[in-house]
Amino acid sequence: MLNLVDRRMGIFLAGLFLLTVAIPVGNLAMAGQPVPSYIVALLGKYLCYALLAVALDLVWGYCGILSLGHGAFFALGGYAMGMHLMREIGARGVYANPVLPDFMVFLNWDSLPWYWLGFDMFGFALAMALLVPGLLAFVFGWFAFRSRVTGVYLSIITQAMTYALMLAFFRNEMGFGGYNGLTDFKDVLGFSLQADSTRAGLFVLSALALAAGLLVSKAITSSKLGKVLIAIRDAESRTRFIGYRVEEYKLFVFVVSAMMAGLAGALYVPQVGIINPGEFSPANSIGIVIWVALGGRGTLVGAAMGAIIVGIAQTLFTSWFPELWLFALGGLFVFVTIFLPDGVLGLIESRLGRKAGPGAAAKEASA
Amino acid sequence: MSTQLLLDGVNRSFDGFKAINDLSLAVEKGELRAIIGPNGAGKTTMMDIITGKTRPDTGRVMWNQSVDLTRTDEAGSARLGIGRKFQKPTVFETQTVEDNIALALKEDRSVWATLFHRRSAEDTRRIGELLELVKLSHVAGWMAGDLSHGQKQWLEIGMLLAQDPELLLVDEPAAGMTDAETMRTAELLRQIAGRHTVIVVEHDMDFVRALDCRVTVLHQGHVLAEGSLDHVSANEQVIEVYLGR
Ligand SMILES: Nc1ncnc2c1ncn2[C@@H]1O[C@H](COP(=O)(O)OP(=O)(O)OP(=O)(O)O)[C@@H](O)[C@H]1O
Ligand SMILES: [Mg+2]
Repeated sequence: MLNLVDRRMGIFLAGLFLLTVAIPVGNLAMAGQPVPSYIVALLGKYLCYALLAVALDLVWGYCGILSLGHGAFFALGGYAMGMHLMREIGARGVYANPVLPDFMVFLNWDSLPWYWLGFDMFGFALAMALLVPGLLAFVFGWFAFRSRVTGVYLSIITQAMTYALMLAFFRNEMGFGGYNGLTDFKDVLGFSLQADSTRAGLFVLSALALAAGLLVSKAITSSKLGKVLIAIRDAESRTRFIGYRVEEYKLFVFVVSAMMAGLAGALYVPQVGIINPGEFSPANSIGIVIWVALGGRGTLVGAAMGAIIVGIAQTLFTSWFPELWLFALGGLFVFVTIFLPDGVLGLIESRLGRKAGPGAAAKEASA
Repeated sequence: MSTQLLLDGVNRSFDGFKAINDLSLAVEKGELRAIIGPNGAGKTTMMDIITGKTRPDTGRVMWNQSVDLTRTDEAGSARLGIGRKFQKPTVFETQTVEDNIALALKEDRSVWATLFHRRSAEDTRRIGELLELVKLSHVAGWMAGDLSHGQKQWLEIGMLLAQDPELLLVDEPAAGMTDAETMRTAELLRQIAGRHTVIVVEHDMDFVRALDCRVTVLHQGHVLAEGSLDHVSANEQVIEVYLGR
């Protein structure tokens, strides 16, 4: 366990820990509330993005699978949690139906579709938030990796996957609230989602999930399996000739990553209060790639940092010049790709006299 | 003696061009065999067919007289015990020399076994021994990408030995090596033969002579001559298409 925490990971986790203590204390326990509630919600959201970025880095940074559809796994996890929160509303909805969510009453449905059953139980919904993305990744990966779809072609079909899901979820008949998605949540496990203490609790849970995601990813990437993943990334065909079934390894890491993305989505939805088909939009998935590239691909910690940095930048920028944000993001991406191939983390570490990047990571592990 | 590998009437065309043309070849267990022939003769393609990278259009490829190699894929052939060194040295450049060897060690290749694998003292000993053998101990911690061309060749040979395969397919191992290194490679392959079956492709005639083994001359995807080096070098056709140039 301890050997998973190298210097880079240690510093990040220490920072995360301080934040996890300071933010709730500043929000709940100090006079004058130096940390306003909206900041808590905002930071909690960034932490979910960071976990999503770590999930993508696991497949892209270490195994070379450039998924442009990871937003789909995140959104599915979010929908699973959203479905639970909808059922928690119960008779407090506008139509006061004890079982059916408002949008179903509005559509004149008289009973819950079968796939909504069980979501009244929190544990079931949480399990689905992991299993549904995992299953989709398994089925998708099974076909794609066995038929040896790689590179740009793989990226394109992952993008097609999330796009197809977006169109499907837009449809009212799908039973997921169509265009409006799922919203107007009231509480989770009996705690009001409007209460500061609940929000702080969700923030802490997000931080814990991020730390767990980082440690699990670190454990995977520093195992022998992690070395096989890097081997696949760098010389796929050579790896096959040594006797590794490349498709099985890709499938494993893709499924783990999808589940991690699903968990991030499940934590995200109660904090933002809504999930709609827009979360499946291809642009979201491309955004995740930008976070990882910006923070430092193949470093895990860098990916998390990238998500947080872009999140903060986006929040500031959109309040100053909303219409310019996408240009700024695109410009930033181009800048990083050209001038900072190892991302922000690479820049920081080279300033401190240490090298980052996949190669350096391996060097460090062996030293 | 029993036949380790048998190719029988194998054909393979690429866009109408017959790269392998009615190729038949039998290699005994423990044999050391050199394959020579001009550029484009089909030597590498033959190895692609044996390892399941390329499927033949027609013909049989039998392993140990029992397994049909035309049905296995690359990983499958490796698991049967066929190891391969590529013409262009390919090692895992962003990993250390030591890890390159460790990845190739003959061990359970399943996902779970690999995830929970712990390097045993025996593994460490094997890795040390192999690094010693290919003279890379002093650079064990280097990134493989930082090695010279010749050193990469050695590393790949080390990885091949780490797999402990029954059959070694070695494609142009001496390219990029000094004369002394070339002779050492020949020596090493001769030592390995007997316990392993070895098929070597090489253009360097001094190297082939040093191997001191049966030679097969390939030309236009077909066996032109076979026998001792002196025997095939005396063959008029061989002189014309290959040696005489
Ligand atoms: N995948 C492929 N697609 C098309 N043509 C191919 C393919 N593989 C091999 N060839 C062709 O088959 C012929 C035999 O090639 P091969 O690489 O087997 O020759 P070789 O004997 O190994 O030559 P060299 O000594 O130059 O390595 C060549 O003309 C090559 O262009
Ligand atoms: Mg060749």
